[in-house]
Amino acid sequence: MQVDWTAFTPVTALAGGALIGLAAAILILANGRVAGVSGILGGLLQPRAGDRAWRAMFLLGLLAAPLLMRLGASLPPIHIDAGLGQIVLAGLLVGLGTRYGAGCTSGHGVCGLSRFSLRSAVATVCFMMAGFVSVYLLRHVAGL
Amino acid sequence: MTALTALLSGLVFGFGLLLSGMADPAKVLAFLDLAGAWDPSLMLVMAAAIAVGVPAFARARRMKASLLGQPMQLPAARQIDRRLVLGSLVFGVGWGMAGICPGPALVLVGAGQFKGLVFVLAMLAGMLLFALLERRRSR
Repeated sequence: MQVDWTAFTPVTALAGGALIGLAAAILILANGRVAGVSGILGGLLQPRAGDRAWRAMFLLGLLAAPLLMRLGASLPPIHIDAGLGQIVLAGLLVGLGTRYGAGCTSGHGVCGLSRFSLRSAVATVCFMMAGFVSVYLLRHVAGL
Repeated sequence: MTALTALLSGLVFGFGLLLSGMADPAKVLAFLDLAGAWDPSLMLVMAAAIAVGVPAFARARRMKASLLGQPMQLPAARQIDRRLVLGSLVFGVGWGMAGICPGPALVLVGAGQFKGLVFVLAMLAGMLLFALLERRRSR
């Protein structure tokens, strides 16, 4: 393993991570809800009465963040190298997998680990390992 | 009021993803690529998020209701079963294919990224498929 020190951004990583933790803190302390993006989005597709507004507003916040940021600063660089076919398949797997696994990087990885949930720790290890293997196979075996 | 705090939470979450670089799929993939030029940033993002999250969730556990009087809905599920493991593995495979997970996907749409929009539509299709399969299962 070779660390790319030029790409490593510890200060913004820690500051941005703290903001993500703050967002999770706001939602659990004010609303009593877990900030799990896949669960909040999936819950909109299987709605219960009175449950829609906060979900939609949370997602709206995520959508609006880059628009607001653009008013005061330039957006950080974004590179999506995968082709459209790969993007579609990836999206399908992420949608299906996060619903079956009842969580994603935010719900299990941030909120679940913050609660010391064993279930979320298992889920996090599973999606991390699968992510490592997936990238290894695509980049270093298939050469995509 | 809960809608406003949810909006605030989503905004802060989105800013955090942008500032940390996690809205950039290439940076996420640089973390997942252990055999390449490895970028450990994602690990610090999670560590910092959890460091802030731990006291918040510890406090939440002791509260009967949220600050806005809502029921405290901490996940009750404890079981580690096939659904959890297989679902998370499938998610991880998809995550590694594009470097995009659900939070950053929505930020990418807001940033005007066409591929982000395609990803979100495919992700919604996957979630709808799950909802349909679940409905069939419960009948």
